[in-house]
Amino acid sequence: MKHDKRHDLSQYPLRLEGDNVPMVRFQNVTKRYGSLTVLDGLNLDVAEGEMVTIIGPSGSGKTTVLRMLMTLETIDSGVIYVDGEPLTHMEKNGRLVRANAAHLRLIRSKIGMCFQHFNLFPHMTALGNCIEGPMQVLGLSKQEAEERALELLDLVGMADKRDQHPSRLSGGQQQRVAIARALAMRPKVMLFDEVTSALDPEVISEVTGVIRGLVDQHNLTMLMVTHQIGFAREISDRICLFFDGKIEEQGSPEMLLDNPQNERTQQFLSAVLEAN
Amino acid sequence: MPYLDFLMTYSSRFIDGTLITLGQFGLAALVAIVAALISGLMKMAHSKTMRAIAIIYIEIFRGTSLLVQLYWFYFVLPLFGFTLEKFTVGFLTVGLCYGAYGAELVRGAIQSVPRGQWEAALALNMSPAKRMQRIILPQALVAILPPWGNLMIEILKGTALVALISVADLMFETRQVNNNTYLSAQAFGTALIIYYIFARFMVTPIMRWLERVMARKIGRT
Amino acid sequence: MLDWKMDFTWEILPRLLLAAGNTMLAAGGGYAVAVVLGLVFALAQRTRSRTLTFIVRELVEFIRSTPLLLQIFFIFYVGPQFGLRLSPWAAGLIAIGLHYAAYLSEVYRGGIENVPKGQWEAARAINLSTVTTYRRIIIPQALPPALAGMGNYLVGIFKDTPMLSVIGVAELMHTANSIGAENFRYLEPYTIVGLIFLAISLPTAWLIRRFETALRRKMGLTR
Ligand SMILES: Nc1ncnc2c1ncn2[C@@H]1O[C@H](COP(=O)(O)OP(=O)(O)O)[C@@H](O)[C@H]1O
Ligand SMILES: [Mg+2]
Repeated sequence: MKHDKRHDLSQYPLRLEGDNVPMVRFQNVTKRYGSLTVLDGLNLDVAEGEMVTIIGPSGSGKTTVLRMLMTLETIDSGVIYVDGEPLTHMEKNGRLVRANAAHLRLIRSKIGMCFQHFNLFPHMTALGNCIEGPMQVLGLSKQEAEERALELLDLVGMADKRDQHPSRLSGGQQQRVAIARALAMRPKVMLFDEVTSALDPEVISEVTGVIRGLVDQHNLTMLMVTHQIGFAREISDRICLFFDGKIEEQGSPEMLLDNPQNERTQQFLSAVLEAN
Repeated sequence: MPYLDFLMTYSSRFIDGTLITLGQFGLAALVAIVAALISGLMKMAHSKTMRAIAIIYIEIFRGTSLLVQLYWFYFVLPLFGFTLEKFTVGFLTVGLCYGAYGAELVRGAIQSVPRGQWEAALALNMSPAKRMQRIILPQALVAILPPWGNLMIEILKGTALVALISVADLMFETRQVNNNTYLSAQAFGTALIIYYIFARFMVTPIMRWLERVMARKIGRT
Repeated sequence: MLDWKMDFTWEILPRLLLAAGNTMLAAGGGYAVAVVLGLVFALAQRTRSRTLTFIVRELVEFIRSTPLLLQIFFIFYVGPQFGLRLSPWAAGLIAIGLHYAAYLSEVYRGGIENVPKGQWEAARAINLSTVTTYRRIIIPQALPPALAGMGNYLVGIFKDTPMLSVIGVAELMHTANSIGAENFRYLEPYTIVGLIFLAISLPTAWLIRRFETALRRKMGLTR
């Protein structure tokens, strides 16, 4: 865990307070792999209930943003806040220090994630996948967990496949179970990393349909990485375009997609639209 | 002496020896499983001391011969004040020896579980112990069974060496019969066939059956 | 309790080191037999004769499923019963060579089967004979991945040579047994034998691992 010693943590608040506390805040976050700086002083706020989509060329750091928030990657400097509390750090004697495992577990409970390759547990059924977290982590009884899971499997249209193992499900079906599994933990923030990229074209709408439903039904904060510009336009409150580990341009879908200010944004959009 | 007469005359010795061999095999396999699991997990631990202990155990037992280990445990260990029954020395040594080989299998199997499984379990906020116990180990178990089947055969064969510290197993009884009769082809041939039957028609089918059961459990059929 | 005698150690060390030479000789000789015989076993299973394939396959299974110690006794004692006397060394090398030939044949087979079918077809397309295809196309591609497995069995043979002590081959274990019986002291000889084994097999195994990673990298299997 490399941490820049010179990096002064005193400039960061111990917690975010006031009227407009964002659900997620990246404050001056830097991430490096060796000599490669993947994210450079990232600042990004996501409001409660907001749907923010991240687009950008491959390798621009989109996945890294989500993985840092899920604590799958450590950060090299800056602080990430979730629901007003620091995630990557914690308060000790009135100062911010690196978060320990217990603090990470506490704050992480507010975040759920869906992966490009689903990562369902192959040795459990669809239902088993969805009750695993609630029973093992939240301590729910089997009956409570199953009730909750079945409701969610129903929401994603997978209730009839509850007893199937993942190997018997199509990609679209697996991804829908994965969404139900993440939701069963009742997160406040959901992360979607290219959840349709590994799917055959004809089943993509199964999954986008479920995500669309979440925007309406739950007051969830969502961060989504996708290459589907049309879908992003339809459901996002805001779109951020990443370039080389920085936000090149951001704004409402109409603003960013129809009236890009930046030349690199225009180039990227025309290249993506041509490919579609 | 016709072979059938030979068998009739010495059947009780072969049967007694076989039972001891099976006992040695079962207990050695148990020791190997426990030792492999503990040392395999320790070798992947964060703590340097844990890793060092595991590596020392693994390298010592893999770097020397089972026969050397048997003699050492049988003749030298008592000098340190540990005196064990030769039967116990037998299966313990065989088990510890193959446990060291098994440790590498455990490690390999755990590492063969895709990274995404760790990540998904972490995203569900599972503790490291829960991740290992609920998500990684069950999948690693399926991956380890085929190579573990081969190891079981090696363990069975390895138990033959306990005869050299006078445990009255199949190997030992066979030598006795040979020394009494000079009918070497009959004596050693019979033992070869018995070992072969156990390996080919008991150990292997049972391991295959386990593989199928586990594969079905994991939904990979 | 424990009293390690240093002068006794110096007294027996030369004898043990000399015996270590015999151990390596036995390992090398057995390995030479195994390398060649293993290839015969592997190629015999790739001929068009179903019967031959079946017989060799079963033989390999049989050898792999039964204890080497028993095979050593069998080969050493059964010969004289039919008038064929083998010296301990000859019987030992045959037994150990045969045993490991069975293992090596599997390594070879794995290597050969890993060569993509397209290579056979391409060789056929330029009209190479079967022998030339093996010699020029298949074996050069099958060998590198098999080398690591072959190396591991070299270490394996080395560690199995103590079993030859039971028929009187004067290798390390046999010598340590004699020393122990002559002096009624087992601590030093057996411990030294263990250390000699460690001193030889650990560096060898390490070299093989290094070699394997280097090879994999060279073949573009890993970064
Ligand atoms: N574990 C890692 N080690 C080294 N470099 C990495 C690692 N993960 C990602 N990177 C690099 O970080 C950059 C950003 O990666 P990523 O966030 O996955 O991009 P995106 O999702 O936008 O395609 C890429 O250049 C990638 O090669
Ligand atoms: Mg990505």
